Amino acid sequence: MTRSGASHPPVKPTDQSGRQEPATNPLTTSDSGGVMGDRVFSGVALLAGAAILVTLSFVAIFLSFNSVGAVYREEEGLILEQFLEYAYPLVVGTLIASLIALVLATPVAVGVALFVSHFAPPRLSKSIGYLIDLLAAIPSVVYGAWGMSFLGPALVPVYGWLHQNLGFIPLFAGAPSQTGRTIFTAGVVLGVMILPIITSVCREIFIQTPKLHEEAALALGATRWEMIMMAVFPFARAGIISGVMLGLGRALGETMAVALVLSPGLLSASLISSGNSTIPAEIALGFPEAPPGSERQAQLIAIGLVLFIITLIVNMTARWIVNRHKEFSGAN
Amino acid sequence: MTQTQQQPTLAVVDGTAEPPRQQAREPSPLLRPASLAQNRVPWWTSLVVLAIAAVLGAALSALISFNLALWLVLTAVLYLVISYCVTRVKVNRRQATDKMWANLVYLAFVIALLPLVSVIWSVTSTGIPGLLESGFLASDMQGVDGTTDQRSQEEGEPVLGGIRHALVGSLLITLTATSISVPIGLMTSIYLVEYARGGTLSRAITLFVDVMTGIPSIVAGLFGAAAMAWFLGVGNSLGLPVPTRSTMGITAAIALSVLMIPVVVRTTEEMLRVVPNELREASYALGVRKWRTILKVVIPTAISGIAAGVTLAIARVIGETAPILVTAGFVVSNNWNLFQGWMTALPVYIFRQFQNPTSPNFSDPSHQRAWAAALVLIIIVMGLNLTARLIATIFAPKKTGR
Repeated sequence: MTRSGASHPPVKPTDQSGRQEPATNPLTTSDSGGVMGDRVFSGVALLAGAAILVTLSFVAIFLSFNSVGAVYREEEGLILEQFLEYAYPLVVGTLIASLIALVLATPVAVGVALFVSHFAPPRLSKSIGYLIDLLAAIPSVVYGAWGMSFLGPALVPVYGWLHQNLGFIPLFAGAPSQTGRTIFTAGVVLGVMILPIITSVCREIFIQTPKLHEEAALALGATRWEMIMMAVFPFARAGIISGVMLGLGRALGETMAVALVLSPGLLSASLISSGNSTIPAEIALGFPEAPPGSERQAQLIAIGLVLFIITLIVNMTARWIVNRHKEFSGAN
Repeated sequence: MTQTQQQPTLAVVDGTAEPPRQQAREPSPLLRPASLAQNRVPWWTSLVVLAIAAVLGAALSALISFNLALWLVLTAVLYLVISYCVTRVKVNRRQATDKMWANLVYLAFVIALLPLVSVIWSVTSTGIPGLLESGFLASDMQGVDGTTDQRSQEEGEPVLGGIRHALVGSLLITLTATSISVPIGLMTSIYLVEYARGGTLSRAITLFVDVMTGIPSIVAGLFGAAAMAWFLGVGNSLGLPVPTRSTMGITAAIALSVLMIPVVVRTTEEMLRVVPNELREASYALGVRKWRTILKVVIPTAISGIAAGVTLAIARVIGETAPILVTAGFVVSNNWNLFQGWMTALPVYIFRQFQNPTSPNFSDPSHQRAWAAALVLIIIVMGLNLTARLIATIFAPKKTGR
């Protein structure tokens, strides 16, 4: 992106005076409207960029401003503890569902990415990649309906078996749900939803592995798997981590799938009985019923702000890992 | 020196046998072509192992209690184990490990396909009856209540009600969101690619676009609702004729724009960056102004990619439920006015029909409508994805002639 400065029309008006051209030049004499057009166009582009900055700051400002009512009451002053008591089970529930999703999706996603980049016939790998991207195209409400009506009932016998045989572990204690609408089912649905994200990030980075490294490993007699362990994974480690973090960011904020699949309840350690809830599901189920300007609405907006901050941290960490990796790896 | 004395043999690579040092002067028998076949298993081994695993799996699952899922799981596990053992015995440990991981990778791919197939099959099979119901696309939910649904379920009368109002709402909200997001997103990426020179502002915009990409959709909805409520409050205090309630279509469109703008910026920026610099320089050399260069050279070159990116962004937001649910609400009848009254979108319609069936005790008709609506939604989204792909390939800039 190095263009000579002379070909640039001035962006700042101050440069204008220094670039007076001879009036006899036919290319510029009839072009007074062009100068104006340049200024207007660059100004509009700048405004659009600034609009994004303003929008995002508005998001933060409005959410903070509207959530004051959840932590402050006229009569009692600060009621932070009350809010924390409300927020804590929801935050933990969100983390549990997202962790289940990550644990299930990560190995499969890495496997699928390897399949596309190193195992599938090269001619097919593009269409296989498209097939996996289709998973990302399905709307979340459809996943929710699927999880509620098909996956949940299908998992009921599994829950019964787990409870019978592994019931001594707190995770599988408690009466198993008869409808399958549990936090574990929600986690499985979330896992399916974040699978394509992790897969596409991993695939991109696997494909970038230097061919010379791979060929050197194979030439030394490594099997294909040893080559992957020695050449591909060390190169792709940061990429895999950032893909997982991006998937986590999506799982944390996913609303409809959880709202439909989970029959919400109090926080409990059991994954196989109904209970627990997540922040987005709580907002989606509660907000339409909350009267405008009420304390309940402020509470929901405040918990949304908490969610915003959590996903912000997760996503920023992912980007930071990717950018740091870019500096060393020589990829791109 | 040592290399010439010590022949590299397959046995060395193997790591299982001692290298035959005494034969260093003669070519090792292991290096002959015929010997290469010794360390491999015939091509049909996998098929035989799979057949054995399937039979054993069937037998085992019959012992416990036969069902399809259990049989498939057992077959997969048995296949992994037997295949590892056969390679271990016939070849060596390293090849066996390689084989096992390769099998696991194939298995991962199959596992990833299962939900895709299951979702599409379940939506199609349960959605078609509702979709074939006459008037499903042409009617709304007005006049459909618990008693009509009860009659449908108990007496087999046709299921009434449809998704016309939801289609109208989705169309209006998505179009409005697109017409807000595309100009802002396109101009931002033009700023980033053509005008910014790596300054603080462009870095800040890139960072903020990254942040916006990660905003949970429900938070965008909360923002839309809160922002519109504040805006209406201000307008009201100034005495402007504004609606009293912030729940309306335009609020949802604003919330969706927050989700859509970063997607548009990302894709168009990428497309503008791949436009060759020679084209810009050729245009400048002809004395063309920068803004005309951008409008007449850069954007036409990148237009196929931009159009594909915008289509994908539309496909993403048309399936969003949460932001519309908290900003536009849901109604049973048609509403063409974005600035007044509640409005239903297709995903919200699906959600409400599942979550709060029209008749709580007779929920079958509601579920049938919901599945049919889900099928329509999937068809729309897949169609948009396909369109994006077609646009990107058909209208791609010509590679020849440069």
